[in-house]
Amino acid sequence: MRTLRQAANSGSLSQKAMDSSPEPAVRADRLTKVYKTAAAVDGISFALPYGSITGLLGGNGAGKTTTIAMLMGLTTPTSGTARVLGADMPRERYRVLQRINFESPYVEMPMRLTVRQNLTVFGMLYGVAELRHRIGEIAAELELIDLLNRPTGKLSAGQKTRVSLAKALINAPDLLFLDEPTASLDPDTADWVRSRLERYRAERGVTMLIASHNMAEVERLCERVIFMKRGRIEDDDTPANLLQRYGRETLEEVFLDVARGREREAAQ
Amino acid sequence: MSAAVQMFSPHRVAAMVLRYWYLLRSSFARLIELIYWPAVQMLMWGFLQTYLAGQTSLYARAGGVLIGAVMLWDVLFRGQLGFSISFLEEMWSRNLGNLMISPLRPAEFVAALMVMSIIRLAIGMVPVSLLAIWFFGFNLWALGIALAAFFANLMVTGWAVGIFVSGLVLRNGLGAETFAWSIMFLFLPLTCVYYPVSVLPDWLQAIAWSLPPTYVFEGMRALLIGHTFRADLMIQALALNAVMFSLAVLAFLALLASARRNGTLMQTGE
Repeated sequence: MRTLRQAANSGSLSQKAMDSSPEPAVRADRLTKVYKTAAAVDGISFALPYGSITGLLGGNGAGKTTTIAMLMGLTTPTSGTARVLGADMPRERYRVLQRINFESPYVEMPMRLTVRQNLTVFGMLYGVAELRHRIGEIAAELELIDLLNRPTGKLSAGQKTRVSLAKALINAPDLLFLDEPTASLDPDTADWVRSRLERYRAERGVTMLIASHNMAEVERLCERVIFMKRGRIEDDDTPANLLQRYGRETLEEVFLDVARGREREAAQ
Repeated sequence: MSAAVQMFSPHRVAAMVLRYWYLLRSSFARLIELIYWPAVQMLMWGFLQTYLAGQTSLYARAGGVLIGAVMLWDVLFRGQLGFSISFLEEMWSRNLGNLMISPLRPAEFVAALMVMSIIRLAIGMVPVSLLAIWFFGFNLWALGIALAAFFANLMVTGWAVGIFVSGLVLRNGLGAETFAWSIMFLFLPLTCVYYPVSVLPDWLQAIAWSLPPTYVFEGMRALLIGHTFRADLMIQALALNAVMFSLAVLAFLALLASARRNGTLMQTGE
């Protein structure tokens, strides 16, 4: 009997999803990225329905960032296809980039610009209507009102994350890519960020793909988890099903099982 | 939504110009740097010119040939640097990833960098040109239509080099930053900024005449020494610039595509 992993890596999983439902928000089909001779992403397939929150998990070098980069059109796949909001990436990216956004602690905002200036520039780039009003709205949502006139570089790590999140939400995206959104944040600030993401999803129905090493975060936010290892999908299921199938108490234990090669065959 | 599919959006160009303007406004050091080096250069060459004018009849006749050369050289060098530094600001601030996943198109990005190079040059060169009148009685603005032709040709060359260097940095990361600072100095001896092309050996003359700024500096000397505006030289420079700019854009697009293939757009290190 084939495992979920085999199905996902062969592409038949997404094909099934493709056949049985309207076009999903994101569809990766046998997506592959080879750098010189090493495959960073090795023929993965999955589909993300509109309004879903999916966690993309895996150790360092598993291929998470490369996958997200291909989905955003930043990196050209070696083979396979990435369709995002109906557009073939990266070829048709300009058709949909206005409806997408991204947040990562590894990509920063210009430090000398104030928070308001940064949000103004990115709001203009995304063609946000009534920008001044939108900045006020997002600043209120993310408790940034008092920081609007301060240089971004003078803020604490937690405040900078909130600013990056404000930039990621400035265009009210239909699809949000988050790369370790709470990395290096203290537990209180991290919890605050997760609450805002939950609320934003509930209010707007945005589709999210979250790459994270924080299992508690993924367990709380995500209704589905894709485990990657060495560029391939190792498993793909809901957090509850994964815990049950692996016979574990937490996703962290499941993560260690997968990372250390102790994955259990779901279909057995 | 219509803005997203628009091929070229002046609004997004304005957003990027605003971004660099905010940056310049926030940094006194950046503003001073724009004026400092052109002023130092102009003063040094101006005094040399004054000295030489008392020693040889050529320099006595050709008032302003050295000071004019250094100021036009600064248009070329600062035009390229103004373009490249604005681009490098994105690398230094690790903001490139944010821009690359935004609807900003390469042509809009390049247009914004071109506008910024003019703004940066104006901030530096206008006060320095006024200083040159005050110190040495050399009025760059008195060149009139010729100055416009010189300026336009030198700016296009500066942009072409800036576009090419930006492509190199996109593709290879900040390890290629050194090209932004040094590549234009190759033009200094080859484009005959301070001496006529005839000084060069024959084989180097052929190279010199393949570079648009050579025509500008020859044109400047023709104007200041022979009091003749050589429109033919300006037209040849313009034609060469069209070729050079087109090649730079093609190289930039090829390097950008290569950066997408090699996954370097999110990396900002070396």
